[in-house]
Amino acid sequence: MRALCWMGKTDVRIETVPDPRILNPRDAILRVTSTAICGSDLHLYGGFIPTMKKGDILGHEFMGEVVEVGPGQNELQVGDRVLIPFPISCGNCYFCRRGLTSLCDNSNPKARIAEKLMQYSPAGLYGYTHMLGGYAGGQAEYVRVPYADANAVVVPDGLDDEQVLFLTDIFPTGWFAADNCEIEDGDTIAVFGCGPVGQFAIRSALLMGAERVIAIDSVPERLAMAAESGAETVDESEGEILERLKHLTGGLGPDSCIDAVGMEAHGHGATDWYDNIKQAVRMETDKPIVLRTAIEACRKGGVVSFAGVYGGVVDKVPMGSAFNKGLTLRMGQTHVHRYIPRLMELIQNGEIDPSFVITHRMPLEQAPAGYELFREKRDGCIKVVLKPQEKERRADEDPDEVGDEDEKTA
Amino acid sequence: MADSRRIHESFTIMQSPEELYRFWRDLSNLPRFMRNVRSVEESSGSRSHWVVGGPDDKTYEWDAEIVRDDPGEAIAWRTVGDAHVQHSGSVLFRPATGGRGTVVEVEIAYDPPGGGAGAALARLFGTRPLEDVREDLRRFKQLVETGEIPTVRGQSAARDTHDDDEDENLPQAAPAGTQAASADEMAEEREESEVTR
Repeated sequence: MRALCWMGKTDVRIETVPDPRILNPRDAILRVTSTAICGSDLHLYGGFIPTMKKGDILGHEFMGEVVEVGPGQNELQVGDRVLIPFPISCGNCYFCRRGLTSLCDNSNPKARIAEKLMQYSPAGLYGYTHMLGGYAGGQAEYVRVPYADANAVVVPDGLDDEQVLFLTDIFPTGWFAADNCEIEDGDTIAVFGCGPVGQFAIRSALLMGAERVIAIDSVPERLAMAAESGAETVDESEGEILERLKHLTGGLGPDSCIDAVGMEAHGHGATDWYDNIKQAVRMETDKPIVLRTAIEACRKGGVVSFAGVYGGVVDKVPMGSAFNKGLTLRMGQTHVHRYIPRLMELIQNGEIDPSFVITHRMPLEQAPAGYELFREKRDGCIKVVLKPQEKERRADEDPDEVGDEDEKTA
Repeated sequence: MADSRRIHESFTIMQSPEELYRFWRDLSNLPRFMRNVRSVEESSGSRSHWVVGGPDDKTYEWDAEIVRDDPGEAIAWRTVGDAHVQHSGSVLFRPATGGRGTVVEVEIAYDPPGGGAGAALARLFGTRPLEDVREDLRRFKQLVETGEIPTVRGQSAARDTHDDDEDENLPQAAPAGTQAASADEMAEEREESEVTR
């Protein structure tokens, strides 16, 4: 089959690889109909997270049709149309039983690597480093799904791929970020970063009853999309974020702040220089610029909710500010399974159509160009959806055309 | 064994002490999660015969006897006869707090390398006996909780994943061996491949 493979830093390619096969009794194999490139894939693309191996298949946002099931599989049937949450849940352990599926105790076959780095291993993830399992991802024609009975969600009739694809990650992730803010009527929520997760955090906060959402970014089309969703926008490139947020909230500060950026934030000035140096020499793996600002901006007694991914160690966290303001810091990979029923209901009721974030659609063969487009935020790119079953054009035919032709490939 | 080494490891497992005891006490289940153990045959009474794959394709065999057998609570054993692989061990099952299942504690004692009697066993355990026991216990937990042991060996990638060393990226990694696909395939795989460490 054809698959998008990580071959090194900023080097992803479509390669022909062996088809996946059933390796364990509860496995299923899907024929992937839609898959997306996630902002967190860019951390891998940029080489910022260790334990990738040359040849790994990327992709953790995918859905498709069941084509094969293992002998221990009683729930799913060949032909089922399903979507797959990005954290792999066994469904049986203490954590899965409590709904903390991104902390599954059993799904990481390389848990001991994770334990070296993080003391305790979280769930295995698709296409997201070997410390988190080394599972092949779904940016491919076919994908293997372990513990498929505990993971696959059958898509209700009448919903198309683009309406439900983002239930695999970014919609629940935005929702989780807002849920962590314990929003009360009248609250003002600041969302740092208006990429796809930030966009869903904005919509989620409003659906949960926030009075105001203030969205911060520097990319015009992202701010425009945030404004369409009902957020007030602050252009980060104009500087003085803390002062402006204070002014916008009557001197109080936002009730909660959501970091929808994570470890690769872009900064300015002396601290950015400091972080770049430290990151380059691996004394600091993550650039915690938004982390710092979110803590500093938040009102006394508020919540800072981290949805953006952090992978290692950070420096100069304003702990005194967090402590003395009595902040609550909440974070983690999203327990996607827990949120899907509620969010599916919102989609079926027409309260949200998650496809609003899609700006680009392309065949899988053009995925390398999609990564580049997304990373450089060129051509208004906010979210790229790949269609592995569309094979009419291959990347080697004319990669330069991607930007011009993407809209018609849906 | 005043000078012996001790390995002590514990896991909390979502099953009752009785269920876990029963699974472990059927010694033929042990090769399903102990990576190097090829077979365990119960002979008369409390005796059993062990065949274990070691480094360099060597096979080690010994007899052991159960010296403590408290249903639902504990099993303890020690080797008998050939002193080259002499060791003793125990596994305790006690209820965990707050509905977390059972705390399973394993303790193994053996002579240090160079000490004569335990040298063969020390080679068998390799350079990281604690991790080996820990990983065996983790597989026990995975097997009894989910019915299978997770793996990515043999999956799709733009490289030969059959040659993947599961711990290649591990800091201070020592050479590691194969990891079997499922409980049932483990036995088959062991027969196919002599590589264990």
